[in-house]
Amino acid sequence: MGSTFAEKVLSEKAGKTVKPGDIVEITPDLAMSHDNTAAISKTFYNIGVDKLFDPELHIIVLDHCTPAADQKHATNHKTVREFVSRHGIKKFYDVNSGICHQVMAEAGLGIPGHVIVGSDSHTTHLGAFGAFATGIGRSEMAVIMATGKIWFRVPESMRVIVLGMPPKGVFAKDVALKIVGKVGASGAIYRSVEFSGPYIDSLPIDYRVVFTNISVEMGAKNGYIKPDDKTFSYLALRTRERYTPVLPDTDAEYAENVEIDVTDMTPQVACPHTVDNVKPIGEVEGTKVNQAFLGTCNGSRLTDWQVAASILKGRKISGDCRLICIPASSKVYLDAMKAGYVATIMEAGGIVTNSGCGPCLGAHQGVPAPEEVVISTGNRNFKGRMGCSESEVYLGSPATVAASALTGKITDPREFI
Amino acid sequence: MEIKGKVFKYGDAVNTDVILPGRWCHLYKPEDLKKHCLEDLDKDFAANVEEGDIIAAGENFGCGSSREVAPLSIKSSGISAIIAKSFARIFYRNSINIGLPILESPEAVENISAGNEVSVNMAEGTITNHTTGKTFNFVPFPEFMRDILAKGGIRDYILAKVK
Repeated sequence: MGSTFAEKVLSEKAGKTVKPGDIVEITPDLAMSHDNTAAISKTFYNIGVDKLFDPELHIIVLDHCTPAADQKHATNHKTVREFVSRHGIKKFYDVNSGICHQVMAEAGLGIPGHVIVGSDSHTTHLGAFGAFATGIGRSEMAVIMATGKIWFRVPESMRVIVLGMPPKGVFAKDVALKIVGKVGASGAIYRSVEFSGPYIDSLPIDYRVVFTNISVEMGAKNGYIKPDDKTFSYLALRTRERYTPVLPDTDAEYAENVEIDVTDMTPQVACPHTVDNVKPIGEVEGTKVNQAFLGTCNGSRLTDWQVAASILKGRKISGDCRLICIPASSKVYLDAMKAGYVATIMEAGGIVTNSGCGPCLGAHQGVPAPEEVVISTGNRNFKGRMGCSESEVYLGSPATVAASALTGKITDPREFI
Repeated sequence: MEIKGKVFKYGDAVNTDVILPGRWCHLYKPEDLKKHCLEDLDKDFAANVEEGDIIAAGENFGCGSSREVAPLSIKSSGISAIIAKSFARIFYRNSINIGLPILESPEAVENISAGNEVSVNMAEGTITNHTTGKTFNFVPFPEFMRDILAKGGIRDYILAKVK
């Protein structure tokens, strides 16, 4: 019997053959923290070690509230910069960079077969490159800083196999939401989820990450997409690191296989207040929205901006709706400017801000008021998520968000495509 | 450590945004965290919780963000253990790492109501509902996790190993 991706990669790291349920202690290839490095650094100093185990292990990206919205965030950022400088951390990305997961992808740090941990739940993102990428907590990040070690329970694995190709106007985000709706918010709990099928293979990197990024919303420990020529070409432009891809065996044993046929799918929307409360857009069409949000690590890459701009081109957004657009990285911002998407969006009445997490977690740059409704390209719609517990958040594709901004209501984007 | 108290009971998918909303994530002092713990789910929780009390809940407790202040706010409130049908994995890790006992027992959850008097015996792996007289088993933690809990969290566990 063969091994799944998670079993193989953790066996390699642990230097012994492991099976689901085993506990391994390993040194990750990369450990990411963001604004929370300020809090992590306090715990690190409390451990009583004055030097990092290995500064090369760490990447720090300021993204959760950038530039600082108030004194408390500014002080946090200052603490992080001092920590970076004191410990000689070279992979530091300041407030002018973008959202950590996108910044890491662009820096060529999503290396096939690497174990990547991050003190952020959407660290699963880089699994789209064939890495084992998973979220951890703050205290254990401080322990990695001190000792280089972290423990894992080897997860059971499940496969999500996407069958068929979706019709025009149905995007990766729609398919990803459909999967979360079908599997459920706890359907992949503790598990390693391997996404596969001809549709996944056909997708560009910008769209593959949508699946691994959102896999944590099904409870997954990590998401995985088999690296292929697209992955290798993407990386060839960004890193000189040598790597050996880790692929699951064809006779590996899975706890569950979920098949999903997308041939006749319509656009999908996750309704308040859970990500797995997913409905075909027809069931919520016409719901009034006060704010449309093109942003976050899940849905604001160049491909997403291109789709949104194509819908907004030559049109004006509804007077009853704000459109807030926050690129996933400064690189995306620059590319979108060069391609004319920024101008198109602003001419349509949209607001474009610097890159960062923005209002996704309710920090700043577009927090909704009580009783307001938001349609967002984000990955989480829990009550209060965007900073106001009396507001409602729907999640959809960049096309759905752009179309809804035009009408001020949740709108099927296919009428504009 | 004695784990005994009255039960606060909640449903499925109690997420980190209702346990400790993003607007309070910059807090770190226990006395500040406890004021806002669960306020978007149960506004009376902070006023009614007492040292030793227990939370019982359904599936996927703690889903969402990796914020460690979520379990920390619960621990700061005086809660001595959480019993749920299942936990989100980062929340699970964070709870162990800050020294908050966190137990999976769907059977116990089914048989515990709000306000019941419940105790947990970590060494024997049992949960007892003193209101109904019923006792339930949970799978004991691996040794190193018991050690982390006994030290009150991973920081002091590592501190002891480093020294």
